[in-house]
Amino acid sequence: MTQFLGAVAGGVGLGSIYALLALGFVIIYKSMGVISFAQPSFLLAGTVLVTYLSPEIGFFAAVVVGAIAIAAVALIVERIAIRPMVGKAVFVIAIITIGIDIIVRIVSGMFVGSDQRTVGDPWGLDAWEVGGVYIEHRDLAAFAVTTVLVLALFAFFRWTPIGLAMRASALDQEAAMAQGVSVGTVFAVSWGLAGALATVAGVFAAAGRTVDQNHWHIALLALPVIILGGLDSLGGAVLGGLIIGVTQQIVTSYHRDWFPGLDTNIGSITPYLVMLIVLLVRPYGLFGTREVERV
Amino acid sequence: MSGLTSRWGRPELYTSYRQDMALLNTRSKVLGTVAVLVVAALMPMLVSDNLLILLGSGLVLAIGAIGLNLVTGYAGQVSLGHAFFVGIGAYAAAVLSGDPDGRYLGFGVDFMPLWLIGAGLVAALAGALVAPLATRLRGLYLAVVTLGLVFIGQYFFFEWNEMSGGPQVGREAAKPELFGIQFTVDNGFKGGWTEEQKLYWLFLGVLVVAAVLARNIARSRIGRAFSAIRDRDVAAGVMGVNLTRYKIVAFTISSFYAGICGALMFSASGHFTPESFSLLMSVQFIAIVLIGGVATISGTIMGAMLIALLPRVASELPAFVPFLSSSASEHPNIFEFEQIMYGVLIVAFLLFEPRGLFGIWHRIRTYWKSFPFSY
Repeated sequence: MTQFLGAVAGGVGLGSIYALLALGFVIIYKSMGVISFAQPSFLLAGTVLVTYLSPEIGFFAAVVVGAIAIAAVALIVERIAIRPMVGKAVFVIAIITIGIDIIVRIVSGMFVGSDQRTVGDPWGLDAWEVGGVYIEHRDLAAFAVTTVLVLALFAFFRWTPIGLAMRASALDQEAAMAQGVSVGTVFAVSWGLAGALATVAGVFAAAGRTVDQNHWHIALLALPVIILGGLDSLGGAVLGGLIIGVTQQIVTSYHRDWFPGLDTNIGSITPYLVMLIVLLVRPYGLFGTREVERV
Repeated sequence: MSGLTSRWGRPELYTSYRQDMALLNTRSKVLGTVAVLVVAALMPMLVSDNLLILLGSGLVLAIGAIGLNLVTGYAGQVSLGHAFFVGIGAYAAAVLSGDPDGRYLGFGVDFMPLWLIGAGLVAALAGALVAPLATRLRGLYLAVVTLGLVFIGQYFFFEWNEMSGGPQVGREAAKPELFGIQFTVDNGFKGGWTEEQKLYWLFLGVLVVAAVLARNIARSRIGRAFSAIRDRDVAAGVMGVNLTRYKIVAFTISSFYAGICGALMFSASGHFTPESFSLLMSVQFIAIVLIGGVATISGTIMGAMLIALLPRVASELPAFVPFLSSSASEHPNIFEFEQIMYGVLIVAFLLFEPRGLFGIWHRIRTYWKSFPFSY
């Protein structure tokens, strides 16, 4: 039972990171109907930037500055490469984001270098023991920060004028433009938000570990999360993130008992397996909008 | 019609339906194709062996990319999972031709056509198994699911050591050998053909067969069904195209090509590891299709050659660009540069030349056709 509860606690921390990443994907999908495969590169770039900043200005300031800086990078990328493609097929824009991902990822990977880099988080591997269950501080911190950010995002979409514009253009781009919503601004804000969220997620994923050039892999595990939750559902992203995170951590924890024949941890592909199973039953995820088919 | 006009005619003037639908429907296309084939066949005598390795690998990449173009370019089903099928082809070939008494799983089939077609069929079977799931999904949902295939596939390549040799260890690739000709044995010093020359001709032969088959698929009933599905699948369904069936057909044929490509891909180096079949390989194939030109076979071959020659271009660069290093431990180095070039080429082509290399060629052709006039 303690093993199970420990796995759940770790899973909630991991799930929070997935949720942050998934929110970035969903925000971009809602505004322009495209999955941005550039998110992994923003995650790596942001985390590497924070490893450079945190010895200078402290961890918390570094995260804030890093998130803003990567948001700015995302804005520039959106302006140069995405804005000219507005109105083209979504598949083409998605492939362009793959191209951007390669460029940003390799460039930021160059700054990792050969020495070990850490984000300098104040938690490390410290844990509280509650009735035999170890709850790591970094998992708790990730959960708390995600909760705050999710509430802030929901408030942003609900009550600010730009949030209203984003909801309008997500609903119907042309109608929103006719009502005077600047769709360009909406795209820019969504890319900036996604870049900042990727940075925060990357920092929490790196807490207690060292950062290497493969740090971006975790962002790809957030793709099953958005498919599971539904590509256009913010709530689905959060819930999907927690479901996938907890499932993955439980499988990792019981890997040896359940799959004695397998050496490599099956937890690493659990998100994709869960996604496949869910899609067999519900092709649009748990909360996704069913596409209306018209000729 | 006098004989002279019907034989030479004007460009794009078709005098019969049969000619309009033909594989090479104008005289200039026939001559051009023959010229390209002759140059390609003579290439091993003209260029050095180490350039020939790259050209040969370009030919192999082209086979796989044609497969991806059939499913993504013609049928419009975005697949990021091509590396998975290429991997299955490589392992199927290695297992079929492997030594039955060796360390790893093997059946000792050393007749090349058998393991080559076998690898294609195993990959096609995998494609057919995945397809029913794929037909339920559309657009970006499908892209992410096929991306998941790469990771799940890699897990099993890592895990099933008896078949794959395990991570970082790997196993022997299938040995190409046909009617007593050993393609991987170097006879250059005895005045015969070198290994690179023989492999190049083998790859060229397979590619020509694959390309002609793909062109024929594309211009037949199946190809028209693919295009209809790509352009608007609901409309195609209303017009009587069996969506599920043709999507399964698209995935199966595409995987068959990927399997053939995978079987041949490592025969030059003779050895491969599970790490090869990563997302990077899928992206490489997507890059080839986009850079070459979506829904063109000749463009795909051009794109594959460009991507195959990219490492050579990158390795020549440090001589011209002083800050670029050729050592992997320093930054920025040529390996990073090469990968960045993939990204830059993808973005640049999509922004400025969406029809790819084929589009550039098309514009040159149109320019000369209407020469003194600009329209």
